[in-house]
Amino acid sequence: MSKVRVLVGTHKGAFILTADGKRDKWDVSGPHFAGWEIYHMKGSPADPNRIYASQTSGWFGQIIQRSDDGGKTWQQPGTPPGEPAATASDMPKPASNKFVYDTAAKPLTTHQWYDGTQHPWEFKRVWHLEPSLEDPETVYAGIEDAAMFRTTDGGENWHELPGLRGHGTGPKWQPGAGGMCLHTIILDPKDPGRIYIAISAAGAFRTDDGGKTWKPINRGLHSQYIPDPNAEVGHCVHHIAMHPSRPGVLFMQKHWDVMRSDDAGDSWKEVSGNLPTDFGFVIDVHAHEPETIYVVPIKSDGEHFPPEGKLRVYRSRTGGNEWVPLTKGLPQSNCFVNVLRDSMAVDSLDKCGIYFGTTGGQVYASSDAGDSWNPIVRDLPAVLSVEVQTLT
Amino acid sequence: MIRVVLPAHLRTLAHVGFEVKLEIEGPVTQRSLLNTLEAKYPMLQGTIRDHTTLERRPFLRFFACEQDLSHESPDAPLPEDVASGKEPFLVIGAIAGG
Repeated sequence: MSKVRVLVGTHKGAFILTADGKRDKWDVSGPHFAGWEIYHMKGSPADPNRIYASQTSGWFGQIIQRSDDGGKTWQQPGTPPGEPAATASDMPKPASNKFVYDTAAKPLTTHQWYDGTQHPWEFKRVWHLEPSLEDPETVYAGIEDAAMFRTTDGGENWHELPGLRGHGTGPKWQPGAGGMCLHTIILDPKDPGRIYIAISAAGAFRTDDGGKTWKPINRGLHSQYIPDPNAEVGHCVHHIAMHPSRPGVLFMQKHWDVMRSDDAGDSWKEVSGNLPTDFGFVIDVHAHEPETIYVVPIKSDGEHFPPEGKLRVYRSRTGGNEWVPLTKGLPQSNCFVNVLRDSMAVDSLDKCGIYFGTTGGQVYASSDAGDSWNPIVRDLPAVLSVEVQTLT
Repeated sequence: MIRVVLPAHLRTLAHVGFEVKLEIEGPVTQRSLLNTLEAKYPMLQGTIRDHTTLERRPFLRFFACEQDLSHESPDAPLPEDVASGKEPFLVIGAIAGG
């Protein structure tokens, strides 16, 4: 029988929720890495029991954790678990948390700071881990300050793909309120050379050669705070989603505006339609209906909570423009949580399950494509990310 | 025998108790102490000092014998009471936020 595993990263640890295909009874495991910020966890599509986690702390820096048994046990890649027996100098030299910007290929040392001056690139944390679709040892990491890293040895060593920072527009990138983070990585299942990424606040970028060269794909985006209405970069893209059957069609939740591209990001058009507000963070696509998309409208950039205190997921079955609020089972009064950019995911069961986590610590799930919702856990620390694995 | 007290989160990461004991050959300095600590507990690499610069992470402090040693040279000898094991070397997380 099918099983669903939900990987929840929170402000104070990781939680793993599991259920059978009925999705009505959930087992909660955690907190793993209690007290640490878990920005993201994601399983390998090629080996679902291989899960990677980004564990981070303002005090102690970045840690990468890996599980080979579906989240039961974890280790830092390249580091023997438990206390080593000796103090010999030939002990392992783990580098799984060593993210050092490339300075050789095409050095690029500064980006735009909040006040418009140039500021050096400084590693802060890993926001997003995207395992390869084919190889469990290969993972892409999106980091703050924005850059793309890759491991090909299961997380033991990480190397930057310097073509992204080095392609030319880097000095115009600037941090959003959450930092200058590379938060979205989408691998094209039909073209192994094509990867989409998004950065706040720089915009969306695409490579067609596996990460060697990149180009901005922001034509059609308009942002009030950028003086140039046709700016190539500087846009605060919050998240992008793609259906694997149509990798050239992208849906974007920008700072303001919900956008759509039908040409792999070469151009974008607004599909906010009748949304009560088009500010928000998450966006995702139904597992079986590529034109069915979901967003959670948030009141504004200054008020990060649902309009009118009503937590509503909006669904469009027409690829945007025409939106319907989904409210059954969601709080419709006095709700002032946020739903952060990596905190929505879908399973691939029939009917499609939709999941999202809130800064109030709830993880809501719908096992009927959004028609009704239930909190499958409701008192966690603030949720930073949600990913879902459908296991058969 | 050198005694080192780590913050709770690093104890968890290294799978150790309240106090860690180290044998150090030669001069006992911040550098030799942290080198030995990271060799014995490699999962701590990058968590106390920057991987590349080996500078103390900004939100951590070093104390011993009621002295703040955070800004001492990493190659300065640590107090004799630390070198002899009478007093522990404390790695402390700055109290900021939660």
